[in-house]
Amino acid sequence: MTEAIAATARWQRCTIVEIATRTPAIKSFFLRLSETFDHAAGQHVDVRLTAPNGYTAMRSYSIASAPSDSKVIELAVERLPDGEVSPFFHDVAQVGDMIELRGPLGGHFLWPGSSNKPVLLIGAGSGVVPLMAMIRHRKASGERVPVALSLSSKTWGDVLFRDELLELEMSLPNFALALALTRERATRRTDFSRRIDARMVADVAARLPESPGCAFVCGSNAFVEIAVDAALALGLEAGVIKTERYGA
Amino acid sequence: MVTRGFTGRQSGSEQLDRIPPGQHLVDNFPVLTAGPTPRIDPADWTFTLKVGPRPVKAWSWSEFNVLPRTRMTRDIHCVTSWSKLNTAWEGVAVDDILADAGLTAPTPFALAHCYDGYSTNVPLADLATGKAIVALKYEGQPLPRDHGGPARLLVPHLYFWKSAKWVNGLQFTERDEAGFWELRGYHMYGDPWNEQRYTND
Repeated sequence: MTEAIAATARWQRCTIVEIATRTPAIKSFFLRLSETFDHAAGQHVDVRLTAPNGYTAMRSYSIASAPSDSKVIELAVERLPDGEVSPFFHDVAQVGDMIELRGPLGGHFLWPGSSNKPVLLIGAGSGVVPLMAMIRHRKASGERVPVALSLSSKTWGDVLFRDELLELEMSLPNFALALALTRERATRRTDFSRRIDARMVADVAARLPESPGCAFVCGSNAFVEIAVDAALALGLEAGVIKTERYGA
Repeated sequence: MVTRGFTGRQSGSEQLDRIPPGQHLVDNFPVLTAGPTPRIDPADWTFTLKVGPRPVKAWSWSEFNVLPRTRMTRDIHCVTSWSKLNTAWEGVAVDDILADAGLTAPTPFALAHCYDGYSTNVPLADLATGKAIVALKYEGQPLPRDHGGPARLLVPHLYFWKSAKWVNGLQFTERDEAGFWELRGYHMYGDPWNEQRYTND
């Protein structure tokens, strides 16, 4: 893994080939790489924007697409009102624009390729992005390891990848989906109308055929702390709980 | 390559010379951790100094807290691209830890070890001569748990993953041995001013 990262972590130029509005605050950007890379589900890229005077801004974005031979990767960018890079993507960037990025990066928050034990995924908002790469990868690879996803969003309309997740819930064997809406009532019986708590995590984990062997948690620090404590309470060892926290 | 239509914020230009390339200023103090946040009772806390596999000295929380105190206010730089200015810390200088153990320069390299299994490598030259402390306080208060409390390493002139949270020991090594992130694609040294983010930077 280390060698793979070292060999491919050069800056490269890529082209925006498609922009898709996912939710009121999140758009997907499909980028065609000039140099194909082989990423693992859960990895990220660093994106670098350069102003005419040479000023640069760099941010990391998780890859939403599954590993594939395609030269196109998907990044989902949430527009942060006080942001510097995300408003550029939402308000300025257009199909055909060139963007600099390097990757794939990150050697820890990675889909456990050889595991047969169920995997528990817990995300909030755009924190579902690296988890989505894992779910898409599980589907594309034909792996059978059971997966449950608990995804917190403000409203039904804010659920990132909602339609795809609902479709996967119907079509993908051994995939359990639980949405949690924090500012709206959920209408599906299997969803929740509250913020994450230990009871919710235990309920979602219980939809797996056996206890999860590992957990991936991605969201704000406050969200991750609650989810991790809940996963520990289920009996998971600290070492098999992997987290990615937005800075705030 | 200039990005079409991007001008950037570029505010706070009076502090521009304090912000390394590719970094941006934040006012908050982001928390980034690869796993669960450990709960460590100071009553159970120990700090162990090793040379190779050999423990040289260990301190309990109360023993460690009577070592000489050092305060430092520094700018810090996270590899995820945020920088924070004027962070105020208090703790025990690595020099004073070594002196209390009766050591000067055991080997040129060290690994910091932590309660959560994390580790990171830092050369002795970047720990000694007042450059690094084991921090016990942040902004005058006991170090919060999610920022590494009760104690973290502080090596403020390197990317902040070197400032290991929940530190419980320093191990001096003959060779420069990679730690947790260094084994996972991150740079062995991590100088923010040279943008040493990933292995071959």
